[in-house]
Amino acid sequence: MNPKKQRRLAFAITLVLAGGGAAGLAIYALGQNTQFFRSPTDLVEQPVPPPDRVFRIGGLVQTGSVKRDAGLEVRFVVTDGKNSVPVTYSGVLPDLFREGQGVVALGKRSTDGTFAASEVLAKHDEKYMPPEVVDALKRSGHWKEGETPGSL
Amino acid sequence: MTGELGQLALCLALALSLVQALAGFIGAHEGNLRIMAMSRGAALGSFVFVALAFFTLMYAYITSDFSVLAVAENSHTAKPLIYKISGVWGNHEGSMVLWLLILGAYSAAIAMTQPVGEGENTKLGARALGVQALIAIAFLVFVLLTSDPFLRFYPPPFEGNGLNPLLQDPGLAFHPPMLYLGYVGLSAAFSFAAAALLDSRNDAAWVRAARPFALTAWTALTLGIAAGSWWAYYTLGWGGFWFWDPVENASLMPWLIATALIHSMMATERTGAFKSWTLLLAITAFSFSLIGTFLVRSGVLNSVHAFANDPRRGLFILLILFVAITAPLALFAWKAPKLSPGAPFDVASRETGILINNLLLTASAAIVLTGTLYPLVLDAAEGIKISVGPPYYSATVIPLMAILAVAMPFGPIMLWRRGNLRAALYSLRFAGAAALVVLLAVLAIARPYSTLGVMAGGLGTWLIAGSITDLARRAGSWRRVRHLGAAAFSVALAHAGLGVTAFGVAGTAIWKSEGIEVLSPGKSMAIANYQLRLDSTERVQGPNYVADRASITVFSGGKQITVIHPEKREYPVEQMATSNSSIRTTVISDLYVVLGDPRDGGGWVVRAYVNPLAPFIWIGALIMAMAGFIAIGARIAVRIRSARSQTAAGLTEAAE
Repeated sequence: MNPKKQRRLAFAITLVLAGGGAAGLAIYALGQNTQFFRSPTDLVEQPVPPPDRVFRIGGLVQTGSVKRDAGLEVRFVVTDGKNSVPVTYSGVLPDLFREGQGVVALGKRSTDGTFAASEVLAKHDEKYMPPEVVDALKRSGHWKEGETPGSL
Repeated sequence: MTGELGQLALCLALALSLVQALAGFIGAHEGNLRIMAMSRGAALGSFVFVALAFFTLMYAYITSDFSVLAVAENSHTAKPLIYKISGVWGNHEGSMVLWLLILGAYSAAIAMTQPVGEGENTKLGARALGVQALIAIAFLVFVLLTSDPFLRFYPPPFEGNGLNPLLQDPGLAFHPPMLYLGYVGLSAAFSFAAAALLDSRNDAAWVRAARPFALTAWTALTLGIAAGSWWAYYTLGWGGFWFWDPVENASLMPWLIATALIHSMMATERTGAFKSWTLLLAITAFSFSLIGTFLVRSGVLNSVHAFANDPRRGLFILLILFVAITAPLALFAWKAPKLSPGAPFDVASRETGILINNLLLTASAAIVLTGTLYPLVLDAAEGIKISVGPPYYSATVIPLMAILAVAMPFGPIMLWRRGNLRAALYSLRFAGAAALVVLLAVLAIARPYSTLGVMAGGLGTWLIAGSITDLARRAGSWRRVRHLGAAAFSVALAHAGLGVTAFGVAGTAIWKSEGIEVLSPGKSMAIANYQLRLDSTERVQGPNYVADRASITVFSGGKQITVIHPEKREYPVEQMATSNSSIRTTVISDLYVVLGDPRDGGGWVVRAYVNPLAPFIWIGALIMAMAGFIAIGARIAVRIRSARSQTAAGLTEAAE
């Protein structure tokens, strides 16, 4: 093999190793770090994620369910119209967190069946509804047609 | 009337772009200087008309002309003037006109800077203008067919819907134009690459022509991303600066590829290495801009950027994206046998450093792309809704960046073609020692331990000390450092800037403190070495909002330092609420206070962070951008000087 070919081969091998390494790293990390989305109905109908697994739930904040006491903890209920999940959260709620509005929460399931949220996301503006929430409401049959999904 | 004027201007710009494309390609093919000059004239004319359309639209916003639908939907008479202006691009239609304006500006800049006389380079410039015109045509048609910004609305409402209050912010008035200047700037590199392929000549000529544009684009992207991250830091109230949000990723990917591109261009121009690879990178960089635009604009992502839209728009951008990726790649495959191979280099050489840089940066971009697209693909294919959290990126991109940072100081120190690794190691011995000392010191004092913090501290020192070493070594002695050329300074500053950002990351990763408490007036909370006392909250009226405003006295070591006023605003027009956190910065450290919601018994939730070294994150980005400005400025200065000496030579010739 002449030096030119040798250099090309070395270059190709480096490229393949680097590309393969990066791809492997990406696939491994994806497997570890994807967060599944569950609607309240999914939580009733499908196997529940293990207690240490972080996942996301979404739906509407049930009207009248938000309980703020003197302390930090806030409790509310997320519903898709068919089923609902009680949620606890300690922290500052997003500015657009409202009863009757869409919400997505990230967290784990506690042993008593409530969802302990570590992060609560509401929409960014008044027209927006998180797509997961739209989907959850559609599946539970509580999506009002005429509201514009996705656009949002 | 003004609305129709804008529409007409866009149609004329479209017509001129067609002329620009045809004249560019035909002129270059025939070698006809007059036809090529026509293409340049059309480029300037097209820019003038797009600018006319843009300012017409801006006029409609400033005068609150609600008979224009986009104005009615996105503006309001009570809005301060600056947000009426920034409101122009705070929505889909207007932002596309801004995109066209910047695209036109780049075409005009190409038209004015490329050679005009006989010769191959004139043809290259003409073809680049032709490609640039094709991009402009695609986007003009897109705007006119799917996103008409001047669409009339009858009867006009008395009042507009207002602009999303989150976007009513000085940081955000600046962020989109900068980002677009970057995204669209990559089109110029793309056009020159495509022109070089059409010409079947992948020598350094196209790189020499495209490099200033690539540098401009990179600098603007750096500033745009920094502005976006700064905005997210102080408005979203989470105390963080980067969230690996898909929309942030959409701007990070072009930046990663553009960074790779400006490095490989340097090698191709200097030594002729990576000739074909640089062509591919230039094509890829603009493709990533388009992918970013598609992700952000099509509404497939869930974010502030997903303006109300219809699916036709996503489809149209997807079509542009598809053509823009496949056409040049097909051209590349077709011309590949005719292209000359890149110049060889030793394993120990600056080219190898650039190769490492390119591999790591493109791999990072691919990883970010995977994480961003995976949820979309899984949802489309199987209907499974997932999201990819920040840990994915921390586990993949950050290690690659760490390896990159280890390699970075070697690049400028090694010689082109044939370097000496042992000599480079010897030159860097002090930098290495400094990095090791800082790394161990951070390791000793960091409680709780943070791998990211320790690595970032050590590598930040390594980068800054490496840059200083490089400057000192080039100058030979400290006194002569100021005689060094601009190129040496811009490289040193760019690398050191990343080091400064790394310090910011280290500081926030290790010493960040966070506290959240319910405070009733008169009560205090402690955070790091501060005491925060909530004095009162009051209701205040702003120009287009009402707010709950807290007065919080800050004590440190028993002494009163300042009084801060975090707010929670409500915008009645938009039915929106925002938190306006208070940040008290000493540059070395930020005290960041957010007012939360009221609780039973008169208390308020108060959340506070102390983010040590956080300002360094953006200072580092500014230093990197400054490096970009120096590099661009130096190139312009060289051009002017050579133009002057040419005219001088011409004059003496004529005199003789």
